[in-house]
Order: sequence, then structure tokens, then C-alpha cells
Amino acid sequence: MTRKNKSLLIVLLLLCVVLVAGPVFALRGAEFGGSDDAGSIKVAEITGEDYEPWFTPVFEQLLGGELPGELESLLFCVQTGIGVGVIAFFLGRFVERKKQETARGQEKEK
Amino acid sequence: MTGKQRKLVRITACAALLGCVLPTAGAMHIMEGFLPPAMCVLWGVAALPFLLAGYFSLQRAVVRDRRSVTLIAMAGAFIFVISSLKIPSVTGSCSHMTGTGLGAILFGPSAVSILGVIVLLFQAILLAHGGLTTLGANTFSMAVAGPFVSFGIYKLCQKLRVNKMVSVFLAAALGDLLTYCVTSLQLAVAYPSVVGGVSGSAVEFLGVFAPTQLPLAILEGVLTVAVMIMLESYARPELCAVGFEEG
Repeated sequence: MTRKNKSLLIVLLLLCVVLVAGPVFALRGAEFGGSDDAGSIKVAEITGEDYEPWFTPVFEQLLGGELPGELESLLFCVQTGIGVGVIAFFLGRFVERKKQETARGQEKEK
Repeated sequence: MTGKQRKLVRITACAALLGCVLPTAGAMHIMEGFLPPAMCVLWGVAALPFLLAGYFSLQRAVVRDRRSVTLIAMAGAFIFVISSLKIPSVTGSCSHMTGTGLGAILFGPSAVSILGVIVLLFQAILLAHGGLTTLGANTFSMAVAGPFVSFGIYKLCQKLRVNKMVSVFLAAALGDLLTYCVTSLQLAVAYPSVVGGVSGSAVEFLGVFAPTQLPLAILEGVLTVAVMIMLESYARPELCAVGFEEG
């Protein structure tokens, strides 16, 4: 990776942290609920009555209730974990491959 | 695409067009049971031709060069990660990004629809996030409309000779934003407001989603650029294999 790209990458990652952390500090005490929920509240406002979903998630039917919050976060983590695992695995291979290629190239020059 | 495949895609596309005077609506993560059954079917049918085209396009990419598989897996994994992270936004509520821009830029929009639908299924079945009945609508907004916009913007930027990383940023960010606009429209069509009709309630829903999503769209753009820099530095052969780079 060129030096220019490296510094750009660092700047970008810092920017991400700022974007995420900014609202948390700027809006202390805000609830930070899901905007999907905000959507359903809006539905209730517009139709003037509480909307009764005509179908409940299959998983909740099996459980006979909502998935406990901790378990839901577990599943979200599983999702993240799968993704990160795949990306890190391939990226690691790519980086190592590049390293070996350059090493081989240098050897040939000698 | 072979002749047979093309025919299949066309037939489903015709069915989709027949099934509707297509109301311009679709929603990102509309919750389970929140759309009337007829609309669920409608959106499902509308998304179907794109999914089929996506399947064939992935197949073609893999046959052309097996090395594409790694990038396809990475783009899918990117969507997995990105759409599992709930990010706080300036409006005091949380939302999450879509992550479909990267794949759309790399393989074209229809291929991403398959990756997107996998994530939506995962979340609908296990997380009660989105839903099986609303899968069609959610697929249409997140896995069809968003990627197509991303792809279009990227191509347009290339035509205009915009800097590559800037184009990637714009494509990913605007695709993300549009996904939520489509969601708002989908909800608006299902729930026209008493006063303003469909457009009135579209404004209402956009008011909920758009300000929340704007910072996240920027974040998605930034992250996509970051991944793209990594890929350009280390995965040039794969980028050539999928035809993203001239090799």
C-alpha cells in the first residue's frame, strides 16, 4: 500500500469514529431507539390507530414470545462475526500473497 | 446469459409488470406483518426478475473466472457486517446501513440482489428484523433499488471522469440513502395519509427516515472507500477477474 493510501485510510477510519460517536455525545440522554420502530409509530399516527401486524415472525411463534434482548444481540453479533471472519480471512491471504510476490520479485533482481 | 436464461428473466419481468401498475413503493426493513398481503405479493413479484437475473449473473461471473468467488464472498460479508451494526444518528434514533454499494460497483447491481436477499432472510428469520411477509418489499428497496442507483451513479461518475474514490463514495452513500427513500414510499403507498394521500404520508415517512439515514449514508460511503482502497492495494488480480479493473 502506498503511503498516501495508508494515511487516507487512517483519516477515513477516524472519520467513521467521529461520525458514530458524535451523535452520542451531542445528544446526551437521547433514546437511540430503532428507526424501524419510529416507522411503525408513524404508521399509527397516520392511520390513527395502533396497527395490528397480521403476521408475527416465525421465530417468535416458535418461542411463544419475543426473543430476549440479550439473545437478539447475540444473533446480531453472530451476523457481524460471520462477515468480519470472511473479510479478514480473504484480506489476510491477499496481503500475504502480495508480500510474497514482492519478496520474489526482489530476489529475481538480485 | 444464455437464451433460455434470458427468456426466464423476461417472463418474470413481464409478470411483474402485469401484476401491477407498479406503484413506486418498496421499503427497507418494513416489519413483519406491516404491509397488506396483496402488497407483499406485489413487491415479491417485482423483485423476482432481479433475483433471477442476479443468480445468472453470479453464475456467469464464476464460470468466467473462478477467482471472482473470493470477491463475491467478501462483498456478501461486507453486507453482513454493515447491516448488522446499528448506528446512532443525529436524530436521536438508530438505524443501520445497507452495504450493498460495494457489491454493486464490483459486480453490477443484479448480482448484489442475491447477496442482499441472503442477509434479509437471515435477519427476518432469526432476528425478527424485517420479516418474511415483507421480504419482497425489503428486497426491492435494499437489494434492487439501492444497488441499481449505486451502480448508475458509479457509471455516471466514470463517464464524467470523476476521481475513482469519490465516485465510489457517492455511489455507496446515495444508494444507501435511496434505499430508505424507497422504503418511505413503500410505506406511504400502504398507508396513505387521510389528509395528504400517498404523497402526504410519503413526506411524513421521509421525515422519519431521511434525517436519520443521512449521516449513516456518509458513513457507508466512507467505509466502502476504505474497503476499496484495501482491495485496490492487495487484490488487483481479483478486481481484474471481475472486470472492475483493466488487467
